[in-house]
Amino acid sequence: MSQRTFAGGIHPSYFKDYTAGKPTAAARAPTQVIIPLHQNIGAPCEAVVQVGDEVKVGQKIGEPQGFVSAPIHASISGKVTKIGPYNHPLGKPVEAVFIENDGQDTLYEGVKPNKPLEELTPQEVIQIAKEAGLVGLGGATFPTHVKLSPPPEIAIDTVIINAAECEPFLTADHVLMLERADDVVYGLKAFMKALQATKGIIGIEDNKPDAIVSMQKAVAKGGQGYDLEVHALETKYPQGAEKMLIRATTGREVPPGALPMAVNVVNQNNGTAVALAEAIKLGKPLYERVVTVTGPGIQHPANLIVRNGTLVSELIEQCGGLTADARKLILGGPMMGLAQPSGDVPVIKGTSGVLILTQKFVKDHASGPCIKCGKCVDACPMHLVPNFIGSAAEKNNFELAEKYGALDCFECGCCTYTCPAKRPLVQWIRIAKGEILARRNKQ
Amino acid sequence: MERKLIVSSSPHLKSPEDIQGIMIDVLIALIPAALMAVFLFGYRALITMVIAMVAAMAAEAIILRKGDFFGDGSAAVTGLLLAMTLPPAPPWWVVAIGSVIAIAIGKQVYGGLGSNIFNPALVGRAVLVVSWGSYLAGDVWLKPLPFAFTADLVTKASPLVAEQATSLLDLFIGTVSGSLGETSALALIIGAAWLFYKGHIDWRIPGGFIGIVFLFGLCSGGFYDGIFHVLAGGVMLGALFMATDMVTSPVTPVGKLIFGTGCGLITMLIRLFGSLPEGVTFGILLMNGLTPLIDNLTLPKRFGEVKKSNA
Repeated sequence: MSQRTFAGGIHPSYFKDYTAGKPTAAARAPTQVIIPLHQNIGAPCEAVVQVGDEVKVGQKIGEPQGFVSAPIHASISGKVTKIGPYNHPLGKPVEAVFIENDGQDTLYEGVKPNKPLEELTPQEVIQIAKEAGLVGLGGATFPTHVKLSPPPEIAIDTVIINAAECEPFLTADHVLMLERADDVVYGLKAFMKALQATKGIIGIEDNKPDAIVSMQKAVAKGGQGYDLEVHALETKYPQGAEKMLIRATTGREVPPGALPMAVNVVNQNNGTAVALAEAIKLGKPLYERVVTVTGPGIQHPANLIVRNGTLVSELIEQCGGLTADARKLILGGPMMGLAQPSGDVPVIKGTSGVLILTQKFVKDHASGPCIKCGKCVDACPMHLVPNFIGSAAEKNNFELAEKYGALDCFECGCCTYTCPAKRPLVQWIRIAKGEILARRNKQ
Repeated sequence: MERKLIVSSSPHLKSPEDIQGIMIDVLIALIPAALMAVFLFGYRALITMVIAMVAAMAAEAIILRKGDFFGDGSAAVTGLLLAMTLPPAPPWWVVAIGSVIAIAIGKQVYGGLGSNIFNPALVGRAVLVVSWGSYLAGDVWLKPLPFAFTADLVTKASPLVAEQATSLLDLFIGTVSGSLGETSALALIIGAAWLFYKGHIDWRIPGGFIGIVFLFGLCSGGFYDGIFHVLAGGVMLGALFMATDMVTSPVTPVGKLIFGTGCGLITMLIRLFGSLPEGVTFGILLMNGLTPLIDNLTLPKRFGEVKKSNA
């Protein structure tokens, strides 16, 4: 069989060497955490604690307001000092719970092991995922229990663990596969149980051969009685995009506008699999995660286990601080991550990386005219024509942008990356998508 | 943190490749053909190429009122490509006028790089063919003489209008009379390999172009004719360097194939049934005009799309 991959995509420099192979280390517990009450796609949470309350590690502090939402838990033990708006990675300030650390790290009494997976029903697994506040840890932060609850008429046959980690610089998923391979497999089995799926696939880009070996061993050890496969995928961005990964591992193509369940598949990030394993085995809610602190602009890059609500500035300090030429702070990877105006922003469930880029990377390129080289057309994994969508959006012709398929764009950024004229194509497409949806809502 | 951080929307990485880099790659790709031209036709070929490039760059600099003479490099490419289509030593003013027309009428009147509909170098050539055809055809084709620096140039008809058959090997190597850059298929292929390697052109346009020329020749006169029509005249130069001009050719994969095939088809119709001996220039120019239409009719099937929508 030919190499597992998809059509299109780009081959940027991967820059994984900063942190690849570095074992995870626990980040210093901060003196204060600021935990935003909105950390998932969907509805925000409402605080269930009050100023002055003593909270413990793993105690629920935010109750979801809607089905597509996930509860939020305290990541340290201590006193709630304030509840109010604070900076959020997505830009707008969001209600947050400020907790002052008492240094005791007292575990909440409710955090206790569940029955072993073999004795749990699918419904119980979903309930555990929900109560633990699991969301997609790849960055999209879609509530896990929602993904595990497809409509009854849809039968999911395959669960895919997304361990491609195609974003340059990031190694959080990589290190988890080396250190927590057994838990990834355990989590995968739990996903399969919840969905009553028969097949499980772990998709890994082939630039992580040690992770592939590690996962193969773990599957051989813990996969008895399950149909599990480890797939080595071509190293190509965006191999870890949901639809591309499904195409690469199963050959199925999710139709435009549809979810993976349309082709009987559910995708889960491997960090989420580990979190589910911990939630079942230990009863541990999602209050910490692996964050890759990396880039040419940080003194000592590292893979850190970080408590939810830790300020990014504290992580930077712990990693030796910024270099003199650091100019850009990004949460997530360099292709789809969010640039931040300052380090005064908390790590949340979806924060896979803290990336510091230097002057060399942020050179301002004057954008020129489209020379119709077609490189963006070749790169677009959705097989769109980004040059035409971009030019239409540039002229505020959003009807034309929609005709060319603007809404199918998932903003991977391959077009902007590849454009020799340095045209901000995906940025224009984003504007077009916003306008098209706003106009639809008006009608 | 007191320092100022830059905030912009993703992606935060960009390919190091830019337009100037692509244009320099095209110039590099034309070096083998340019060297071959000097080798075959002598220093006059070099002078023609330099005049064409300097005139093109000067025209662009004046029109854009820019001090940066080389700029994005596209004018130099246009000038050199135009020179490639000319006889080894036409009067200097014919070359210069061709370059100025290529830049002014072929490109800048449309709004400059990226906005032009027709290949600028071929616009320049087309105007010269119509206006000063006597300098470009007939008795000014030179008999190529290796190291012709001192030898007197001998005139000889282009293989396309010659009475007797030309050796295919001569055609491939380029030791035949003809335009500066078009005689040596070998040199053009070596240069184009660089563009393939750098990902600036793909096989579809040259493949469609050369494929249909070969098939047409094959059907009209057998195997020799098939190969002859591919190697003689401007087909190799046109298919590898002119039709593949990014600005004036389609961006969609299917569109590229249709475009290349159309160029080849028109070229052969003109060669076999038209009044001109050569059809490459007008074949490509006509297809240039269809490029926007072809793009819109051949939009790729979107990922996951079951059947072609008519949206």
